Amino acid sequence: MKNINLKLFAAVALTSVVLGCGQKEKKSVVGNDAASKVYVEPGKYDDFYMFTSGGFSGQVNVYGLPSGRLLKVLPVFSQNAENGYGYCEETKPMLMTSHGFVPWGDAHHPALSKTDGNADGRWLFINENNTPRIARLDLKTFTTAEIIEIPNSSGNHPSPYPTENTEYVIAGTRFSIPITGNLDVPISSYKENFQGAISLIKVDKESGKMSLATQILVPPFDFDKNRAGKGVSRDWTFFTCYNSEESHTMFEANASQNDKDFVLAVNWKKAEEYLAAGKAKDMNSTYYHNYMDESTQSAVSEKITTQKMLDPKDCPGMIYFMPCPKSPHGIDVSPTGEYIVASGKLASLIPVFSYDKMIKAIEGKKFDGDAFGIPILKYEEVIAGEVQKPGLGPLHTEFDDKGFAYTSMFLSSEIVKWKLGTWEVVDRIPVYYSIGHLMVPGGDSKNPFGKYVVALNKITKDRYLPTGPELSQSAQLIDISGDKMKLLLDFPTIGEPHYAQAVPADLIMKNSQKIYKLEDNHHPYAVKNESETKVVRKGNEVHVYMSLIRSHIAPDNIEGFKVGDVVYFHVTNLEQDWDVPHGFAIKGCNNSELLIMPGETRTIKWEPLEVGIFPFYCSDFCSALHQEMQGYARVSPKNSNTPIKWSLNE
Amino acid sequence: MKKMTFRKRILYRSFLVILFFVSLTIYTGCKSESAEEEQQEEQVVDNTPKGGQASVQDESSEQDVVKVAVASPDHTILVTALKAAGLVDVMASSGPYTVFAPVNAAFDALPTGTVDNLLKPENKDALSNVLQYHVAVAVYKDVYFKDGQKLGMANGENVVLTKNGDKWKINDANIVGSVMASNGIIYVIDKVLLPPDKK
Repeated sequence: MKNINLKLFAAVALTSVVLGCGQKEKKSVVGNDAASKVYVEPGKYDDFYMFTSGGFSGQVNVYGLPSGRLLKVLPVFSQNAENGYGYCEETKPMLMTSHGFVPWGDAHHPALSKTDGNADGRWLFINENNTPRIARLDLKTFTTAEIIEIPNSSGNHPSPYPTENTEYVIAGTRFSIPITGNLDVPISSYKENFQGAISLIKVDKESGKMSLATQILVPPFDFDKNRAGKGVSRDWTFFTCYNSEESHTMFEANASQNDKDFVLAVNWKKAEEYLAAGKAKDMNSTYYHNYMDESTQSAVSEKITTQKMLDPKDCPGMIYFMPCPKSPHGIDVSPTGEYIVASGKLASLIPVFSYDKMIKAIEGKKFDGDAFGIPILKYEEVIAGEVQKPGLGPLHTEFDDKGFAYTSMFLSSEIVKWKLGTWEVVDRIPVYYSIGHLMVPGGDSKNPFGKYVVALNKITKDRYLPTGPELSQSAQLIDISGDKMKLLLDFPTIGEPHYAQAVPADLIMKNSQKIYKLEDNHHPYAVKNESETKVVRKGNEVHVYMSLIRSHIAPDNIEGFKVGDVVYFHVTNLEQDWDVPHGFAIKGCNNSELLIMPGETRTIKWEPLEVGIFPFYCSDFCSALHQEMQGYARVSPKNSNTPIKWSLNE
Repeated sequence: MKKMTFRKRILYRSFLVILFFVSLTIYTGCKSESAEEEQQEEQVVDNTPKGGQASVQDESSEQDVVKVAVASPDHTILVTALKAAGLVDVMASSGPYTVFAPVNAAFDALPTGTVDNLLKPENKDALSNVLQYHVAVAVYKDVYFKDGQKLGMANGENVVLTKNGDKWKINDANIVGSVMASNGIIYVIDKVLLPPDKK
């Protein structure tokens, strides 16, 4: 025994010597305490939920902080064969647009709903760039509850930032296009015929349901980012724009000619008043509004063909331009609402505008001409200060609870910390590599949690084990609780982590739903127990009312399908037990499988093309007898007389 | 560890002291971080899982077979036995289970001392064997029962269902009621099923 102990001690001592020196040789970039700061014990919870956009994946990803553990990928704008989202009959309407069914999306900016300028944990909004849409996710179920299309818009990038009490989510258009006149015009007639539009989307206080209240016609610039004001500036929303040159080709050079572009300040309260006063004109563009009916568990698609449009010419005092250095990108409002930080990605400084000075300049009519009739406020009258030589390629800014701001630098791959009021740079930390957005939990709200900043990086290169030419993108967790920023953790992301939001876990987990109550399931094809299962033929349509429960499928023998039939399997998971989903899959299905939560009904369309016996089964490992959860469907020739017949245990 | 002689103990301690100083010297030679960070590095982390599936907090779902049994005043001995056999988390898993649940009176009817004896830690295997003889891994609903049907139980032995008028028997026990649970079905029975002697 003693000998063993001695050998053990010797081995431990030797190992620590070797490891200790090894670490010295390959110098660590993180402090020795980094591991303990991000380590979340098995069975313990993270402190924060983080929602990142999936960028080109079209989805939303949920991570825990500080561990960086991926909790879930939430399908929003892209079909997801894994659970049948966008494939099953209940969710297909969610992806309907004026362009028809669009199975994918480019999701950029997640935005949590707010009450009094702070995240309230109720909903998450996210924009789709390509086919302009905004989705609302319900954070009780972590599912997509609604998607509204934005008419008269192209490149829905400056979107979907909520106002202080989520009265509206606000969107703009990156690409200007012909809107009010003839749509079939030469591209070279950009300056005469192209326009931009800003959208105020009303959010119902109780249900969260969105509706397009009005749009505002704006000049043909490229509107890039947007943030609603808060506190003192709560009635306003601010946009950056580039391409004040109004070029329509070779933007790389032609949209970067002017020394200054603009920040557009919109008084949404005034817009509301003008709308109520009947100043808006009627427009007739088509758009879709899709939403989940909780009672039938099925999405509904509504086609809408009218909308309101306010013209600033008819609405004095509603919008103003503020000059801003070179092609500004990000725009962010400080926790009090007083400072508006706009980052010109080609600028050598970061201009910070003062809300107070802006109001005084408007009152004193300190104008420097106008653009398309919209007054341009004098730069020196609205500027609060400039952060000099912050780094190269400033993009976005978030805030902490101690009066500091953190700006991402794309070109110089760093985060720069500077002080509000003195505008002096106090710290900087390299990130790996090419950071886009950054995110402080609550860093866009009135009360930031100044514990971490997360760098959302575009380029990964050598940060992880290589996976061929296509690499995952990357997030980095940085400790900002002290004077100096400290890198804690790298973790790969799904899609592009374009922007993110994070809130304390308690705010959301206390409301998280566990099951769907069967008694509340009013799906027209739901079955509440096995005795209601049946198969009904209507011409060449066959409806299978099917149930799943541990560990069998009812019915599990079905005959009478014919080649050329359109079969709908309406499958209800009869379980009322947390985390017991069942799957449904049938051989050769050209659609997807289903993943059905307890108490939920989902429908998959199956069009059998050949004669034969087709097995089906549960595709989610639900129980010890999961593998026994199986059955057979018989498909007969098109003109056969095989009667419809179904059974279980016969 | 066996007791060491005094001399051996001295030698052992000397070795430890030397080892400590040697490693400290090398350690500080390699490291240049602050003392505070070294302290943090030695922090002990508790990796123990905090509980099995029976401990999951869940007020929304239907009750599993364990929760149903715990809520029944007629099944306190069965619950005590499940705990003693370490089967509570197993029975709270996704199953699916058919449980034949003897009432307290059934246990009381066993020869004096049988239950107390089975509950002794050294008889855990025997207790587990008896309890697993009451559990089938499948949901057998009575509408699908067949007279003379054999059911394979979790301990590897079989039980037999027989029809007695419009009532059912499992071996020599009467089925006196049933309760659906989230992860299976419970049949209340009036006798403890005793597994056949091990061959």
